[in-house]
Amino acid sequence: MVNFLWLIPFVPLLGAVINGFWGKRLSKGVIGAIAAGSVAISFAISLGAFLQMLGMSEQELPVIRNYFTWIQAGSFEANFGFMLDHLSGLMILIVTGVGFLIHIYSTAYMHEEPGFYRFFAYLNLFMFSMLTLVLANNYLLMFVGWEGVGLCSYLLIGFWFKKKSAADAGKKAFIVNRIGDFGFLIATMMMFWTFHSLDYTRVFAAAAKMPSDELGVIGTLTAICLLMFVGATGKSAQIPLYVWLPDAMEGPTPVSALIHAATMVTAGVYMVARSSALFNRAPGALLVVAVIGAATALIAASIGLVQTDIKKVLAYSTVSQLGYMFLACGAGAYAAGVFHLMTHAFFKALLFLGAGSVIHGMGGIQDITKMGGLRREMPWTFRTFLIGTLAIAGVPGLAGFFSKDMILAAVYSSPHFGKALWAVGIVTAGMTSFYMFRLLILTFFGNARYTHEDVHHVHESPSPMLLPLILLAVLSAVAGYVGIPAILGGHERIAEFLSLGGPAAEHGSAALEWILMAASVASAGIGFAMAYVCYVTSPELPRRIASSAEALYSILTSKYYVDEIYETILVWPLVATAREFLWQFVDVSVIDGAVNGVGQTVRGLAGGLRHMQTGYVRTYAGWLLFGGILMVAWFLR
Amino acid sequence: MIPLNWYLILAAALFLLGMLGFFIKRNIISLLLSVEIMLNAVNLTFVAFSSRNGQISGQIFVFFVLVVAAAEAAVGLALVIAMFRNRETLNVDRSNLLKW
Amino acid sequence: MIQILFMFFAAVALGAAINVLTQKHVLYSSLSLIVLLTAVSALFVLMQAEFLAVINVIVYAGAIMVLFVFVIMLLNLPADEESNDRLRWLKFAGIPMGLFLLFMVARTVWRVEGSATTPEIAGTAQAIGASLFTDYILPFELTSLLILIALMGAVVFAKKDL
Repeated sequence: MVNFLWLIPFVPLLGAVINGFWGKRLSKGVIGAIAAGSVAISFAISLGAFLQMLGMSEQELPVIRNYFTWIQAGSFEANFGFMLDHLSGLMILIVTGVGFLIHIYSTAYMHEEPGFYRFFAYLNLFMFSMLTLVLANNYLLMFVGWEGVGLCSYLLIGFWFKKKSAADAGKKAFIVNRIGDFGFLIATMMMFWTFHSLDYTRVFAAAAKMPSDELGVIGTLTAICLLMFVGATGKSAQIPLYVWLPDAMEGPTPVSALIHAATMVTAGVYMVARSSALFNRAPGALLVVAVIGAATALIAASIGLVQTDIKKVLAYSTVSQLGYMFLACGAGAYAAGVFHLMTHAFFKALLFLGAGSVIHGMGGIQDITKMGGLRREMPWTFRTFLIGTLAIAGVPGLAGFFSKDMILAAVYSSPHFGKALWAVGIVTAGMTSFYMFRLLILTFFGNARYTHEDVHHVHESPSPMLLPLILLAVLSAVAGYVGIPAILGGHERIAEFLSLGGPAAEHGSAALEWILMAASVASAGIGFAMAYVCYVTSPELPRRIASSAEALYSILTSKYYVDEIYETILVWPLVATAREFLWQFVDVSVIDGAVNGVGQTVRGLAGGLRHMQTGYVRTYAGWLLFGGILMVAWFLR
Repeated sequence: MIPLNWYLILAAALFLLGMLGFFIKRNIISLLLSVEIMLNAVNLTFVAFSSRNGQISGQIFVFFVLVVAAAEAAVGLALVIAMFRNRETLNVDRSNLLKW
Repeated sequence: MIQILFMFFAAVALGAAINVLTQKHVLYSSLSLIVLLTAVSALFVLMQAEFLAVINVIVYAGAIMVLFVFVIMLLNLPADEESNDRLRWLKFAGIPMGLFLLFMVARTVWRVEGSATTPEIAGTAQAIGASLFTDYILPFELTSLLILIALMGAVVFAKKDL
């Protein structure tokens, strides 16, 4: 099965091609079958390859298959090759598994859409790009996948392109991503210049021979890692390039679930984890990663506290949880980061799909202030959403608890600012718990705040939408058990599995671990308690807090004015330059003026010269004589 | 002995007169006559050079010029007749439809 | 002696040419042209090109000019009108230009060496025929074709209804 690695991305590509070109003529059932079926085949092959890989010994890994030589220029060689090791094996399972469930869900969710075939073509194209990104064995091919997912993100966010806000959101996502990609590209160029190759095995082997950069010194390795991280901030929505993710909620909910929760935004984390050999030798870069991850987690969570759109809450939550993953990587605990990536994929996809179910049932309403008491009309959606909420809040026993706990424990013991970063992590955990329970309570509990005119008939969603929800709920519950920490009797299998150890992989004493675990459970509990108080027992409390801390409240609701700041500092000058200088002056006056000027000159000349044609033979003879004189004068000079 | 350049200058003067006639006269037939003057001047030049160089080919060329002049005169006069039928005048300035 | 003859015939030629230009009625112009042709033929004789002189008179003066006169009489042309000549300026521009051209040519030609009355070869009929029918037989045949075409063209153009 390992020999069929190439099929994993290519079967969805084939599905995309079929649906894209002939989709208009196919029936909805066939389109859905092709799309979901191709991802199912990918999942089966991924599973087979994964199991086969588990049986292989240490020497046989990683499995590398070079399919053809793509670029060969001088000493530079870049192949179209795939690499299967523990990290990429885990990633392809997550991507194809969650992807398959979301495809099934979408067949029901998007059923009434006229662009049904287009949606699935884009979705399959996305799967192809993401799988290429994950399976690539060199940075250039990873970049191909990187760009591909960015493109599909643009296409899918702007799926309802006739709506201006959706088209704008797609553009914003692509442009902000591009800024990050620029950093990534420069990093690959530096990498080539330093290591003369972009192949993972060669780069990591060469990096291992180089000395580590010191903290605070920006050497070559640190520069490369920082630039790659810039790319990661763009793709995985960290500060300062996170602004596209909340706007990306304009896209259909399955898109938000797949791309902006489970897979595309995790590409940055995957890239950092994959480049652990480089980051480990650049502690300055690692520190930057950790600090930005922590800051993003905190700030995004704070914005999520006051959002009223169900998808926006989840979007900011995603940004925040991605911050956790980067925090883990920055502390050297790459395995913890990837573990959280996996659990987050499950419960965040679950939460988004659940939100989609709610929106579908409510006939399109997304404002939680207009919801309430839905647990009666939509019981299965409620149950699965509850499990997702418990998982993300870090309630013990569910997946999120184990992964978040692993991260916080590793961060606490990390050498640089470990305790401060841990404190930020704990506070953010509390906020996460608060806003998730707030979301749950406002949506599903209490009295219905919608009127009968708003929503004609609130109904539970059909089974193609419910089944993935249930499966994801099960995964959110049990997926944590691969990472049970040692103090609870487990073996932390996932950490060994991913053996990407960094500098801070030591464990504190057992007592320290118990205390840390207790602290994270406590913060989750405090969050829940505060949400209960604010929204169940004393509902007027939020309003009183908001009015008493009006300045802070308005800063939060305006998302710290980041969009406005960017608009003024970056966007407006560029647009003004483009419009006034480049367009009006350079294009219209200079270029058009030159071109038109040439035309006018020719016209003028011709207008003058035509008067030679008088129609009188005698004037022609006169001209002949004149020309003859000139020639004779020339030759007889 | 008559030097060659006398003949050449005479031929040049005749050529000039023919050319002047071409754009002084308004009658089409006068234009044709002026062309004949020019051709004659050319003939004179050819023969002069032929007798100076001692080659007969100059005179052969005059022969051909003569033939062509005859053909051209015939066709030209036919055209003149056709023009006269259409316009009732032989003023060459009346045939100016090809102006810009 | 020969110079006097040359001067005489040259003067006749120039005078006839000027007369062609200045006459009002086109018939008089053609008659002047005949005089010019005769003078030029005389000059040909002076250069020992007898055959050409005779041919010039017979063909040119005798046939072509007669054709001209025929057409003039056929069209029954009156004397040229003195009506307004829109292109009067041509006279004033052309004459100086032409004189300038003449001056330039004369200035160069004046330096040409050689005499024109001691030919090594005589322009007899025999000499011309020998060359014409051996070296230049192809152009000769082509000119016969040319004459045929001109003949057809003239007939077609002069028809009343095409």
